[in-house]
Amino acid sequence: MEIQQWTAILVGASFLLYIVIALKSRANSTGEFYVAGGHVPPLANGMATAADWMSAASFISMAGLISFSGFDGSVYLMGWTGGYVLLALLLAPYLRKFGKFTVPDFIGERYYSQTARVVAVVCAIFVSFTYVAGQMRGVGLVFSRFLEVDITSGVMIGMAIVFMYAVLGGMKGITYTQVAQYCVLIFAFMVPAIFISIHVADWAIPQIGFGMDSPGQGTSLLQRLNGLHEELGFSSYTRGGGNTLNLIAITFALMAGTAGLPHVIIRFYTVPRVRDARTSAGWALLFIAILYTTAPAVAVFARTNLIDTVYTEGQFQSHESMPEWFKAWEGTGLIRHEDHNGDGLVQYVGAAAVDGEGQPIRNELTIDRDIMVLANPEIAGLPNWVIGLVAAGGLAAALSTAAGLLLVVSTSFSHDLLRKWLKPDLSDRQELMAARIAAGVAVCFAGYLGINPPGFVGEVVAFAFGLAAASFFPAIFMGIFTKRMNREGAIAGMVVGLVFTAGYIVYFRFLHPELDNPENWWWGISPKGIGSVGMCFNFMVAGIVRSLTADPPDEVVEMVEQIRIPEKP
Amino acid sequence: MAAESKGDQPDDQQNVSEDHRLYWRKNLQLIAILLFIWAFVSFGLGLAFADSLHGILAPLPGTPLGFWFAQQGSIFTFVILIWVYAWRMNKLDDEYFSNGDE
Repeated sequence: MEIQQWTAILVGASFLLYIVIALKSRANSTGEFYVAGGHVPPLANGMATAADWMSAASFISMAGLISFSGFDGSVYLMGWTGGYVLLALLLAPYLRKFGKFTVPDFIGERYYSQTARVVAVVCAIFVSFTYVAGQMRGVGLVFSRFLEVDITSGVMIGMAIVFMYAVLGGMKGITYTQVAQYCVLIFAFMVPAIFISIHVADWAIPQIGFGMDSPGQGTSLLQRLNGLHEELGFSSYTRGGGNTLNLIAITFALMAGTAGLPHVIIRFYTVPRVRDARTSAGWALLFIAILYTTAPAVAVFARTNLIDTVYTEGQFQSHESMPEWFKAWEGTGLIRHEDHNGDGLVQYVGAAAVDGEGQPIRNELTIDRDIMVLANPEIAGLPNWVIGLVAAGGLAAALSTAAGLLLVVSTSFSHDLLRKWLKPDLSDRQELMAARIAAGVAVCFAGYLGINPPGFVGEVVAFAFGLAAASFFPAIFMGIFTKRMNREGAIAGMVVGLVFTAGYIVYFRFLHPELDNPENWWWGISPKGIGSVGMCFNFMVAGIVRSLTADPPDEVVEMVEQIRIPEKP
Repeated sequence: MAAESKGDQPDDQQNVSEDHRLYWRKNLQLIAILLFIWAFVSFGLGLAFADSLHGILAPLPGTPLGFWFAQQGSIFTFVILIWVYAWRMNKLDDEYFSNGDE
């Protein structure tokens, strides 16, 4: 069978599964719509959290990103997993004990302030929308590449599916679809990874295969890759090039941002007890780690395969001799060969490349790094059904994350803005209706962003993490661990953290992109890592303002006492 | 609201007992130890010392140690840290809050 037929069958089957689950798990109360009634078993919640968290970026882009950046790509691997340690130890159990519906709920009640709640709502909506735009775009891309549907129809189909289970089932529908989506996406990621590992390294476990000897080469795979990198003038694959302080700042901002993202935190409100919040964080990271430790192995295999394709036995190959997949992706414009010297060879070299006489060689090949995971099965010559499977997995990753984010948006409107602020006399039934309408509108708006993406989606995602790191994480952390942190301190801290981080990113990314280089960065820290600094400012300002203003009321101190201990058995 | 009543514990005693204080202190100690390990494997072995560890090929015969920690070892360690925390704390919960006595 052709790739397209396989893709249609596998994607269709997975969508059918999601629809069946959606119809079986309709929400009948706000409690079910917001937190699935608080009845989700920890293992299921772990899977749902993993699918919620691993987006189109994790599934499609991450291995490619690491493949092209080598050691420096480690910041994403550690940043997007290490955050779960912060979440599990510092936030999740206490927020579960607090036991309301949203992150702004906690901030609003802990800091006894509508202003704090509204600041939190605005951040939650902004962060979630920036994220969701990227997911819908991912849906569109997978459809257009593998099913030859145009991007608009692809996004519409994706929207229709998300609409079904997010609007009908709320958190209840989303949770059980996410469990199914995790299974689809992890299977779709691991099958090609295992095939390729056997093919390249003779080991079935990619995590082991990429660190072993390269069969028939007498040297390890990574050493061979480093050697190829040196010959072709790329920097070493296994050694960092960047400023260590900057790498640490980026990693830390991604970690704290991960722990502060509302769509992840909200998942821990859905388990029955405090102890379940702890174990479900353990399951979640275990399920995430399966993909995140495989990705760097896939990155090494993909990089080696790619270089071997264009550069065999010390010779660049001619463009005519390029395999089928190379030409197929050239058709999409995501691989480009410009023959500068007209010799018909595909010269793929790094910045430091020189020829026999010491003259620099010009690079002639540009590859979009997002295609590495999608093209990998073709590069390794895997059967067509594997390629269809990868498409279904990419869609599962994008749809599951989109649904989680849309739920945060709809909850923020119906619960935090309407029920808790503008119309406190709303009945449960009306609030549920408002939540469904908000989810519906949010789906349509997300679809619009997917069809007409703002040109800066990638830039804005750095924003999302920076802002979550500089606002939510410190506010929630101090709310639990310092009884005496008060309204004034927390709000001042959040505002300073947000303004500083947003200001720095806007200045370097939007106003003066020409200045965006290490010489101009403060302390050599890039806009991606500045959330760490914003977070430090948040803590400092909050501490100073707190010491100058009144202590929090006794009820609030009592509430903090209560969230620190587990519920009675 | 279905889920709301779960978090509320109106019958809990108002004053913080000595047990609560002890429980909280043990929790903080455990968090401090685990976060130290967390920072050491990621920021330490994975980033700050990665270059000095580049010559050591471990734990697999073909991976420089710093690189391995940055892309594999730190993630495995994170998983273990969360499970250790869950296991220790769930046990501590049983010690301090079982049978409804405080």
